[in-house]
Amino acid sequence: MTTRRTILKSMTAAGALSIWDAPIRYAFASVPTDRRLVVVILRGALDGLAAVPPHGDKDYESVRGSLAIAHPLDIDGFFALHPALVNVKAMVDAKEAALFHNICSPYRDRSHFDGQNVLETGATGPHILQDGWLNRALVPMGLSDGDHALAVAQTPPLLLSGPARATSWMPANMPAPDEAFLARMRILYARDPNLLGSLNSAMDMQAAAAGAMDDPGARMGGAGYGNLTPLFEGAGKLLAAADGPRVAVLDAGGWDTHFNEGAAEGQLPRRLQALDTALETLKTSLGPAWSKTAVVMATEFGRTVHPNGSNGTDHGTGGAAFLLGGAVNGGAVHAEWTGLSTAALQDGRDQPARTDLRALFKGVLAEHMGVSATALNATVFPDSGGVAPLRQLIRA
Amino acid sequence: MSLEGAIAVHRFGLGARPGEIDRASRNPKAWLLSQLNIAADQPEPLDGGSFKSGGDLVVEMLQYQRERAMEKRMGTQSDPVKDFFKTRVKFFTDELAARYQLGFTTDRPFAERFVWFWSNHFVVSAQNPRAITLVGAFEREAIRPHIAGTFEDMALAAMSHPAMLLYLDNAQSIGPDSPAGTRFGKGRNENLGRELMELYTLGVDGGYSQADVISMANILTGWTLNPAGQNNGFAFYENRHEPGEVTLRGRTYPPSLEGGIAAIKDLANDPATARHIATKLAIHFIADDPPAESVARLQKTFTDSHGDLRALAHAVVNDPAAWKSGTKMRTPVEYVTAGYRLLDLPKGDNAPKQVQGALAATRLMGQTPLAPPAPKGWPDTSDAWSGPDAVLTRIEWAKRVGQGLPAGFDALAIADAGMGPLLTPATRTVMARAESQSDALAFLIASPEFQRR
Repeated sequence: MTTRRTILKSMTAAGALSIWDAPIRYAFASVPTDRRLVVVILRGALDGLAAVPPHGDKDYESVRGSLAIAHPLDIDGFFALHPALVNVKAMVDAKEAALFHNICSPYRDRSHFDGQNVLETGATGPHILQDGWLNRALVPMGLSDGDHALAVAQTPPLLLSGPARATSWMPANMPAPDEAFLARMRILYARDPNLLGSLNSAMDMQAAAAGAMDDPGARMGGAGYGNLTPLFEGAGKLLAAADGPRVAVLDAGGWDTHFNEGAAEGQLPRRLQALDTALETLKTSLGPAWSKTAVVMATEFGRTVHPNGSNGTDHGTGGAAFLLGGAVNGGAVHAEWTGLSTAALQDGRDQPARTDLRALFKGVLAEHMGVSATALNATVFPDSGGVAPLRQLIRA
Repeated sequence: MSLEGAIAVHRFGLGARPGEIDRASRNPKAWLLSQLNIAADQPEPLDGGSFKSGGDLVVEMLQYQRERAMEKRMGTQSDPVKDFFKTRVKFFTDELAARYQLGFTTDRPFAERFVWFWSNHFVVSAQNPRAITLVGAFEREAIRPHIAGTFEDMALAAMSHPAMLLYLDNAQSIGPDSPAGTRFGKGRNENLGRELMELYTLGVDGGYSQADVISMANILTGWTLNPAGQNNGFAFYENRHEPGEVTLRGRTYPPSLEGGIAAIKDLANDPATARHIATKLAIHFIADDPPAESVARLQKTFTDSHGDLRALAHAVVNDPAAWKSGTKMRTPVEYVTAGYRLLDLPKGDNAPKQVQGALAATRLMGQTPLAPPAPKGWPDTSDAWSGPDAVLTRIEWAKRVGQGLPAGFDALAIADAGMGPLLTPATRTVMARAESQSDALAFLIASPEFQRR
């Protein structure tokens, strides 16, 4: 525990009390609340060391090799943000974004499906619970009437599925498949020259059409493939309404970067830029409601510390998580950091998991949405009594 | 679950509904052929009620035309044309939605495949504004009752249906020397006579001349709409019929309705027709470029059985070449239908929307059934459906169609149940490595083995 506290102080400069040991500030549980909670599931396992590079770590450049980020956006001299995350950086500077590292759900194997099942059910292992933790939290939040919980999807993902009612919405023009998905399609079509030829030709045309556009921002985060902006913008507008939903779930896939992940340029930077643009749009479309909003973004697990043989990374364990919004007590990176030397890694290869994601979720539910400790431990996250909520995540 | 069962379901049927491969696997050939013992099932309107008959629709259409002519004479400013057009389109989309729904749910998918095949052979297209309200009735009345009958009965039903008579302009075809022709100075229209030989029976190289086209058109003069709706909207008007015996391809026919029926029967049983239909069936069920011996076998069956459509189905099913999986790209409607059957859609409160979504998806992929651009019908070869934009549209659709499923599904379990032994290890590997269940499902639906049959 001393290690944890020491490191926290050095990382956050947050004063004597840290997110791990300050008193919990339960939100006033007025019903219905005017607080907004957005959960973004980053499906595919985001590479936390790319999104939130620990560029101050002495081993960072050597272990990351070709994937080391040359000019990250520094936060505290130790942690930084990927250069594509300019809007998130502005939120950190405005103390509206907190970041978390070496964080993961309790799941320790490396299957996306099972990992997402644990992330979404809030259980200690896959396929133990049948419904999502956010659904179970709707009743104690007083938002289970069906109109106040929104899935930006055709049907709610597991996270929001369960006995409590929720609604769902999708824009009429759904976003096109992202780059990583299409890369997999090429593998799928490797044995079908006809389909492969057509796919490649279509992608060339897409690229040419995108290249013909003047605004590079529009090309990367805007109109092109894998665009997330319409989803986030729509969610923001719906959440902004006085009588609209108070809880929303968004899915953002495309993080499974086994090939050509890239450092400053490549698949992951493009995906991060799309996410960054979408988050800024969410903020803008929320308007004044942004000040009442907390957005938590999490992924099923992290990725390997060392690059693999194809300029990418493989499935790992610990990674990064994000908490953004006008209601957030932000400005810092929180981590029980143990270094990047091989001895410090999970199984000698993965970023370790030192903080349980459920601690983050529980802290947000308690401080932002007024969910009681009883409800958190009994129904929302069963068998999580030993996982204390993180504290001081939300402004008083 | 056997490979033969899976092939029966995917290649001869419309893709697997839950449990269908197991059912087919017990005796795949019997499972297929037992579906063709009786006429095809009829689609039912999704909002209840029943569809109107061709005869009733003719009465409605003529009534509307009279009103419109009256308003034109009276100089009325209202624009009923637009209203009627909207109604007409709705007639068609309601019929189409019911047809899709039947495709998604039928337990006689092999029978339904023949309906689709013959409707794309005896084409009446909804792109023709005069025929659009009758397109659904045409399939229900001229095609579905005859899939287990004979080719000549189906040809007669098609040629005498008001939809066909409107679509290929025969309703207005008047013998130039008939009483009506001499009085009003109107003449014959060759369209239906030509297409009957070129597309529906003999084939373009089937051995007929321009003189034969005129002969056939003369034979069909007076075949028109029945304004009272009787006889399912068909009437033969002696006073519009070209007088005198007609010689068509060396045979002579009397100037009467019976003469026309005899001419159509002769064309339907011609050796050139046997070859034409055998070739189209082989392209549809076997390969874009089918083996010559397969075509020859089907041709012989057609000739020997006098166009018995069940005998043809038996010949297709008993041809080993027809069991070689993956040679054919699914057409858009086959593809979307297979996807819905795989996922047991439509389902729940959203069902009507899901059916509309399927209509929209096939349109984006380049096909609206019963509405091809020309009487030749929609293409039936793979290259027509696998262009870059079409493939990308299919991939996009594959990615979104599973998003209507309740959370918590297992894509690999769906793949095993829906594909059986047809699922390739390569696709299984890509699915297992997918970053989410919904992506895994999308890979399955976009996979080569699912795009093809």
